[in-house]
Amino acid sequence: MTTAADAHPPVRRDETDADLARHLLGLGDDALILCQRLCQWITRAPTVEEDLALSNIALDLLGHARTLLTWSGRLDGTGRDEDALAYGRRDREFTNVLLAELPNGDWAVTVARQLVYSHYAELYYGALAGCGDARLSAFGARAVREVGFHRLHADRWTTTLGLGTPVSARRMQAALDQVWPYAFELFAPDEVAVRLGTRDQALSAVPLRDRWERRLTEVLTGAGLTVPEPRWRASGGRAGLHTEEFGPLIAELQSVRREFPGGVW
Amino acid sequence: MTSTAVPVPPVPVPPVPDPPVPVPSLPVPHVAPRLSAREVRARVDALPDPELPVIGLGDLGVVHSVGPGRDGALEAHIMPTFLGCPAMDVITSAVREVLEACGHPDGRVRVVLAPPWTSDRITPAGRDKLAAHGIVPPSASTGGGPARLPFPPSCPHCGSRATRPESLFGPTRCQTVGRCLSCHETFSQFITL
Repeated sequence: MTTAADAHPPVRRDETDADLARHLLGLGDDALILCQRLCQWITRAPTVEEDLALSNIALDLLGHARTLLTWSGRLDGTGRDEDALAYGRRDREFTNVLLAELPNGDWAVTVARQLVYSHYAELYYGALAGCGDARLSAFGARAVREVGFHRLHADRWTTTLGLGTPVSARRMQAALDQVWPYAFELFAPDEVAVRLGTRDQALSAVPLRDRWERRLTEVLTGAGLTVPEPRWRASGGRAGLHTEEFGPLIAELQSVRREFPGGVW
Repeated sequence: MTSTAVPVPPVPVPPVPDPPVPVPSLPVPHVAPRLSAREVRARVDALPDPELPVIGLGDLGVVHSVGPGRDGALEAHIMPTFLGCPAMDVITSAVREVLEACGHPDGRVRVVLAPPWTSDRITPAGRDKLAAHGIVPPSASTGGGPARLPFPPSCPHCGSRATRPESLFGPTRCQTVGRCLSCHETFSQFITL
């Protein structure tokens, strides 16, 4: 994983930015952990097309994670590269939202998780494309086109299951109800998000919450589904407090590196 | 302590080898001639795409530029089709080899994200090569707008206009799969991005 990192636009050696580093670490961890979850579907998806779809989506997310983690490691002053960050941290040091680590569940749960994340990611990367930092803007412009396809994929499946059989509609609704409490963390106005938003509004996802909700309401209404109104909201991921299922996920992600430290091919 | 002297057989003296004939050293080590940026660009353009060897990097539109960097060393700027494109590492090392072979051992390869690559960058010749290989070329891009389903193309097998998207994702990240409603065959289309 080193060639692409070398090729990214150089950051001045003295350039550190704790807030931005922390923010990019969270975004990178979201992409990395969701990628790992999607990879668990490979050879188990309902059809070969969906096997390809989820592995291709995971591949895009891995590309996003590599870029974001590389930049984060350069900006936080430690000089850690993408590998050090992905394979060298303990579970409490990961700052992904809890949504990303939710177990795959049945197909409807995976579709619901993709729906929530890809609509958010399309809005956020689209906003990032207009930010004042040339590197982040280029990344946003590039990534928004990719997550747009992920969003199309999730929209189509939500509609297919919602308008399918009574069983598929019931399970899709149950999946939405299960996943919805985890959506709010994506837009949470934590300290870093607020400070970055003051610096450049395009860096903060907080203002995108309403548009996200409108878009999802449109998709769910068209699919004959109800927008959930959860009575609780999950939080803690950005602070490194994870769900019980996170440990085994990280153990699997880092297993090869643990067995063959420093191994290359 | 006494000992009986044992006769020692004479040790054969090995023949002294002739001194080596001095070989005149070559005047200078061989160095590849330093080609111009334009000539290097032509060689980079001609490199086949690792996943779709029917099309060259130039026709695919991923070569942004080849020219001198700030310090004068030659730089090749490559645009990834997708951020997670698994072929990027192979492409960067292939381009680096071209730079070396063209007399630019100090040359660099940079992956640039701006401007973003879009499928509109595929050249007319590249589109013809894809079509000849049975892959439907991409339709016009959305110009940065929201992603949408590809416009149904004609079936590359039977020419029927009655086709529908089968899967948004195909055998490589940059292909989608369509199905013909007339001949019922599936086909690949290069993604419109």
